[in-house]
Amino acid sequence: MYQYTNTDQTLVDERVAQFRRQTEQYLKGELSEDHYRALRLRNGVYIQTHAPLLRVAGPYGLLNSKQVRMLAHIARTYDKSYCHFTTRQNIQFNWPKLEQIPDILAELASVQMHSIQTSGNCMRNTTSDHLAGVCVDEIEDPRPYCEIIRQWTTLHPEFDYLPRKFKIAVSGALHDRAATQFHDVGLHLVKNAEGVVGFKVIVGGGLGRTPIIGQVIKPYLEKKHLLSYLEAVLRIYNLYGRRDNKYKARIKILVKESSLAKFSALVEKEWLLLKDNNELSAERIEAMCAQFIMPAYDGRAAEDQSFAEHQSTNQAFATWVKHNTADHKVSGYRAAFVSLKAPDSPPGDMTDEQLDAVADLADAYSFGEIRATHRQNLILADIKQADLFPLWQKLLELKLATPNIGTATDMICCPGLDFCSLANAGSIGIAKEINEALDDMDYIHDIGDLKINMSGCMNGCAHQSVGHIGILGVDKKGSEWYQLTLGGSSENNAAIGERLGPAVAKDQVTKAVVTILDVYIKQRQEEESFLDMVNRVGITPFKEQVYATH
Amino acid sequence: MQLIKDQKIIDNTWQYIADTDELKAGDISVSYARWQNDKQSLSAHDGKLGVRISSEDNVEAIADDLERLQLIELDFPDFADGRLFSQAWLLRGRYDYQGEIRAIGQYIPDQVFYLARVGVNAFCPKLPEELPGIINNLKDFSVKYQSSIN
Repeated sequence: MYQYTNTDQTLVDERVAQFRRQTEQYLKGELSEDHYRALRLRNGVYIQTHAPLLRVAGPYGLLNSKQVRMLAHIARTYDKSYCHFTTRQNIQFNWPKLEQIPDILAELASVQMHSIQTSGNCMRNTTSDHLAGVCVDEIEDPRPYCEIIRQWTTLHPEFDYLPRKFKIAVSGALHDRAATQFHDVGLHLVKNAEGVVGFKVIVGGGLGRTPIIGQVIKPYLEKKHLLSYLEAVLRIYNLYGRRDNKYKARIKILVKESSLAKFSALVEKEWLLLKDNNELSAERIEAMCAQFIMPAYDGRAAEDQSFAEHQSTNQAFATWVKHNTADHKVSGYRAAFVSLKAPDSPPGDMTDEQLDAVADLADAYSFGEIRATHRQNLILADIKQADLFPLWQKLLELKLATPNIGTATDMICCPGLDFCSLANAGSIGIAKEINEALDDMDYIHDIGDLKINMSGCMNGCAHQSVGHIGILGVDKKGSEWYQLTLGGSSENNAAIGERLGPAVAKDQVTKAVVTILDVYIKQRQEEESFLDMVNRVGITPFKEQVYATH
Repeated sequence: MQLIKDQKIIDNTWQYIADTDELKAGDISVSYARWQNDKQSLSAHDGKLGVRISSEDNVEAIADDLERLQLIELDFPDFADGRLFSQAWLLRGRYDYQGEIRAIGQYIPDQVFYLARVGVNAFCPKLPEELPGIINNLKDFSVKYQSSIN
């Protein structure tokens, strides 16, 4: 994991000092609301329904135990003893006091964390594959490139006042777990014909109000050109992106309105003028890769017999292993998910006690590292198979072992009307209702791989348009209604969900979801996943049943 | 009126001549449009010349004229409009402009560190009391992650 140098530390410390000054000026009335707003957003501070919200960056989802303990400390000291993990691998506090936020940021800086550019019309936290470095289908570990991009994007003087926010995701595996086709820029590590690894560059994807699948702008880019190419894309976007309408200001609209061919010609022209003077040296890449070396794995981990024995004698453990662990590239190891989707707690939330306990488990079993996923869970990525049983027992006690990863109750959910000032409708309450309706784990496991994403408004923070089942809260004459979509996907087979029909009333959402799942159970073919069935039969069979019962 | 140039407070010696006004003696700046239209006659002016550009203007169109210009004013219509950051970079980084680049208009003192990094070397405050803050904010960071102009 990347360790800060003096430069990194100085930068975050100076940023805290700058934001402290700005906040003091604002509180004294010396800085206008409008100006302070732009500055606080660039430090992750939103003003929400009840209180400010602070969004802390989880750089490409990677945290160490010390940092997680700091999150626990902040939750306890400055908030209501919990925090929330987001779909962009960040961490949110819902109840800090504005005047205390500079102190919180100083505490974060003491463990190499910050909230720089986690909101605002600037380049945001770079996200990546939550199984980076350990998955079996990896071409190359994307994290060194994520860190290079993190540094390049941080306090970039030219691109901090963009037309709109700008998000970059990097994937190094065959299976895209980073939703790269739905980012402003998506980067895939790929091999060219000679077997040399470079980047496939995708541009203009995005979710939100106008979901668009990104297009390939550069099928192969040599690694040394990574930053010059990004600079060219950002300069063209900064100069030509629309600023007259914030709903048309993302790069996806520029690409769409000007056509990929024209946009790409502008970028190419700019890049050709830049590329030779801005090469990323092989030494720089090597030095960064050295920050992400493999931990000291136990070469005899696979010799353990207890793992198999526990699975054969303990059905609950076997079920957890099946659903909440993933294959690891090193024999005798698995990656273990920490489910933040217990039926009775809001998706993605964690208490201070849970945070401290998970930090201890990371130290005991996973080289002190913890990762945040895009689906609002955590991962302990390097668990020796012999340690999975004791880990599971401890996670059970912590209510962090619900065996539902990738299933119907592993819902992505935004804070909705309960916290967010943008929301039109509640989402946490609906998630709870769906959980109550689907309380039979065997049924959930029978349904299998299913992604339900639910957002409380069309800004789409919970990525409902790429949910296998998407649920979008809308306001209809002052009451909460919900629009359902089917067949979305943010993975390799990227797709935007199709609208099922008219929005349904709040008290009908759970019934509609249950009906959709019943149609799937009755009409699926052998081994056919929900998404595969939707792709085969379309939405009609679902639509007929959902609206027949209303 | 005073402004900051190269981190020092100095007196302004330039006058902006509105499009409808007659040219005056001394160091003057004119709009991008006026420059484009009256380039030839302006070149005969006795005194230094500057051009005021805004976000919509394309600096590439004046790239060949830069040797004749001692001042480029970047006139911010709104602090959130970041196009002039790229225009400044292009003037210095692409067209090798050596004269003064001055931020004027609706930029905010909290942006001057970034503006200085993309090549802006003079800052005209909205109010005189902003001068010390601007000088101070130019030193917000002692480190940087990426190359730019400065």
